[in-house]
Amino acid sequence: MKNKTKAPLFHITKRKMLPWHRRWFIRLIGILLSFVVCAIITMVMTGLNPVEVASSLVYGAFGTPRKCWILGQEVAILLCVALALTPAFRMRFWNLGGEGQILVGGLACAACMILIGDKVPNGLLIFIMLVSSVAAGAAWALLPAICKAKWNTNETLFTLMMNYVGIQLVAYFTIVWEVPKGSGKIGIINQNTNAGWLPQVGPSKYFLNILIVLALTVIIYIYMRYSKHGYEIAVVGESENTARYAGIKVGKVIIRTLLLSGALCGLAGFLLVGGTNHTITTTIAGGRGFTAVMVAWLAKFNPIGMIFSSLLLVFFSQGASEISTAFSLNHSFGDILTGIILFFIIGSEFFINYRIHFRKS
Amino acid sequence: MFDIVSFIPRAVAQSIPLLFGSTGETITEKCGNLNLGIPGVMYVGAISGVIGSFFYEQSTENMHAFPAIAIPVLCCLAGSLLMGLLYSFLTVTLRANQNVTGLAITTFGVGFGNFFGGSLIKLTGSEVPSIALSRTNAYFARSLPFAAKTGWFGKIFFSYGFLAYLAIVIALIASYVLGHTRVGLQLRAVGESPATADAAGINITKYKYVTTCLGCMIAGLGGLYYVMDYASGVWSNDAFGDRGWLAIALVIFTIWRPNISILASMLFGGLYILYLYIPSGMNLSTKEIYKMFPYLVTIVVLVISSMRNKRENQPPASLGLNYFREDR
Repeated sequence: MKNKTKAPLFHITKRKMLPWHRRWFIRLIGILLSFVVCAIITMVMTGLNPVEVASSLVYGAFGTPRKCWILGQEVAILLCVALALTPAFRMRFWNLGGEGQILVGGLACAACMILIGDKVPNGLLIFIMLVSSVAAGAAWALLPAICKAKWNTNETLFTLMMNYVGIQLVAYFTIVWEVPKGSGKIGIINQNTNAGWLPQVGPSKYFLNILIVLALTVIIYIYMRYSKHGYEIAVVGESENTARYAGIKVGKVIIRTLLLSGALCGLAGFLLVGGTNHTITTTIAGGRGFTAVMVAWLAKFNPIGMIFSSLLLVFFSQGASEISTAFSLNHSFGDILTGIILFFIIGSEFFINYRIHFRKS
Repeated sequence: MFDIVSFIPRAVAQSIPLLFGSTGETITEKCGNLNLGIPGVMYVGAISGVIGSFFYEQSTENMHAFPAIAIPVLCCLAGSLLMGLLYSFLTVTLRANQNVTGLAITTFGVGFGNFFGGSLIKLTGSEVPSIALSRTNAYFARSLPFAAKTGWFGKIFFSYGFLAYLAIVIALIASYVLGHTRVGLQLRAVGESPATADAAGINITKYKYVTTCLGCMIAGLGGLYYVMDYASGVWSNDAFGDRGWLAIALVIFTIWRPNISILASMLFGGLYILYLYIPSGMNLSTKEIYKMFPYLVTIVVLVISSMRNKRENQPPASLGLNYFREDR
């Protein structure tokens, strides 16, 4: 029996905030390491040359002007959802309901296009679409917010469940409005009249979406950073008791912020249905409500940083879908690579926030 | 007419993956880890089992019962254990955000399942996009011998494969351990207030690792059951669907009690297939509304339990938060 206990091999302490370049340096190492692992896994699982795979990854994302526009559009929508979730996350309200909020926003938009598409002038129609999408998204977020504010209901689980209610609602209306009957899908809405389609601005039909989201990024940045609302959100997120002591009405802030969050998700649905796809399916949100959580978190809720994190994730999913076509692999290969990269980035945060002290020999 | 004798076995068969998933998630959440990676873990568990039995079926002509069952089960457990270790390493050791890690695991796991499923399908070179492991299925779906003889009674109670009974046994054990043993008490202490538990000398890291990994392994079995028994040994990509999320819903619905989950999962399973039994005429759309029910009931339970604010019905207090000893 040894009575003397040894000091542990290492122990962990919290770091002070690192300067931004050190933080990005650590993240960069994480990303580079993940690339190495991805390359090895690609080689082992598929027997392909990783350099070849990497070049087709880049080609898949930036290869042709059309691919670049699609990339831009995908980044814009994902960024829009991430921006929508940001105010809620800052408040430590885990809004995992982005998926459902996008879907009901898109559904409201599609409903306007189908039901009143030929009854009102196009400009008014688009306005009505916008308003109803935003309202629908906000309403979908309002319910969990009210319950959180009133009874402190667990918002993570509530918003998660709302997603599936939204999906089923869309599935229901898909069958109600299906064209042709029995096909199980709506198809392109107003293909002949183009009623309710967002007009093409600039060089590509995706350009308007990108512009709108860029403007939104700046607005959210200012809102979070310089407005009184943004300050209140930050205080509530840090400590509800402090906020209450400072005279901030916590319930009101929660509800207001979630209305904003849901409204912007609804806007993303509007852009998807009115601007890009001109149809609605249950998969139109495509997991963006969840991916956006990671986008926002990777950028530490900084709207400008989110441009880069969403670009990174979209780059991979677009590039990976090119790989799967080029090398006739399964489409899900991209998800595996994305997952690995995320694990590394998530892990690298540890080295930003904590420091390891080894035992002095 | 509403055919109850055929409805109940189908509802139960539908409920078993949910029961596995929710039992696994319940014990994970009881130790304070909100593992949103469960849907991904169930995919990984299922595909690992499929890979194992696929190669076993390919390698021999005459299969034996023991390896035919043991190989997929062990592969499934190993696959889900690895995912559990990954999740625990990221959230417990590296203290990464649990929601983000869980979602990343789900992305990875679903992709992993579909990728290897797709690769195996390509390997068999079949026309249909699925793998049929009918010989393995025969072992998994073998029901109790007297099921056929006892009429409707046997059909309702004895007509399931062994994994179904295992699910119920695991749920009962989990519920007993959580509620009536010292280990369970300490586990709940870790989930409620890790700092207090730490001060009492409980090894937080060990508890969190072991529970999360166990939870993942149990959930993985749910995926295995789905492929090998429910789907008659046929793997097709994305067939498992959103059952993982439904399992998480079930955890809330049962207010973190695995024994209630046995009946509740059957209720969910019933709600899931109810539309098949309700005469809706030609109107297919109504069935989509019925599919909404499990989620709506869950929301109602979640809201009501938070309104009543009874202490024993609340989520574990430190759910979703990581523990760092030197935090104040």
